Amino acid sequence: MASTGHTDAAHAAAAHGAEAAAHADKVIDPLHQFHIYSILDIQIAGFDISFTNSSLWMVIAAVVGYFIMTFGMRKAELVPGRMQNVSEMLYGIVAGMIRDNVGDEGKKYFPIVFTLFLFVLFGNVLGMIPGSFTFTSHLIVTFAMASVIFIVVTVIGIARHGTHFLRLFFPEGAPAWTAVILVPIELVSYLSRPISLSVRLFANMMVGHTLLKVLGGFAILMGAAGVLPIALLVGITALEFLVAALQAYVFTILTCIYLHDAIHLH
Amino acid sequence: MEADAAKLIGAGLAAIGMIGAGIGVGNVWSSYISAIARNPASKEEIGANIWIGFAVTEAIALFALIVALIALFA
Repeated sequence: MASTGHTDAAHAAAAHGAEAAAHADKVIDPLHQFHIYSILDIQIAGFDISFTNSSLWMVIAAVVGYFIMTFGMRKAELVPGRMQNVSEMLYGIVAGMIRDNVGDEGKKYFPIVFTLFLFVLFGNVLGMIPGSFTFTSHLIVTFAMASVIFIVVTVIGIARHGTHFLRLFFPEGAPAWTAVILVPIELVSYLSRPISLSVRLFANMMVGHTLLKVLGGFAILMGAAGVLPIALLVGITALEFLVAALQAYVFTILTCIYLHDAIHLH
Repeated sequence: MEADAAKLIGAGLAAIGMIGAGIGVGNVWSSYISAIARNPASKEEIGANIWIGFAVTEAIALFALIVALIALFA
């Protein structure tokens, strides 16, 4: 009798806990910020290509990037003013990346690498605005970008080297018998590049924003003692700004490194 | 075992994978400091690369965290 009473109480407590958690989830949901809803419904031939909040923020990131670069260079002086300095710094970072990692032949790939850098950078940084949407926090977006980079880099390598491109998977100077184990390892590591590139950016953005919302939820739930989560939130927000810029930088520099591998074959 | 309990245990176990990434990130800066201690002139040159090392290592921590979040919420 005592044991059944105990299990009944345990069940009641579990149900109450689940109910309270469900109720709390309805009010404080850290994952609600990633919800995609359509702003303009467009259906063509059964395909849903609505203009969503994700598309809206992509357009905003592209427009902001465009205006920052063009406003900076409107009155181009030899000694740059403040706005021109920003444009020149952004240009210089990517130009330096390409010069150091790809070399002189990489100059013709500057437009796509610079576009990628600005898109990811402004996507991440604009996502830090309260109430906005971070479009890079969705795996499909980052995977689309990473797949494009992977396919483009592979095609560039094959166009440049032909079948000699397969030398990439068998480093020279290694004895022939090691090919049995080296080639599969190199192949798998090459094929895992789009996955790691996309998941790195997606995971950083999603986890960062989820952490911000979870800490915000704590601040609400703790009432007067909520000052402590808010103090932590200040530090974490600073960290998130650093991570936003850093992830854009890392995405771009890894693209340059993959370009280097394809063009120079190690 | 109830599904909710299993989810929480699974998430906790998956997050243990971040230990390795923590050691790795610490290694990045410890070797940076050792390198500067040996050769202070190389500060800027190496300083540009530590951020790439940090981001790539941190990505492994986040892969483990993604597995934990998938176990918790999906």
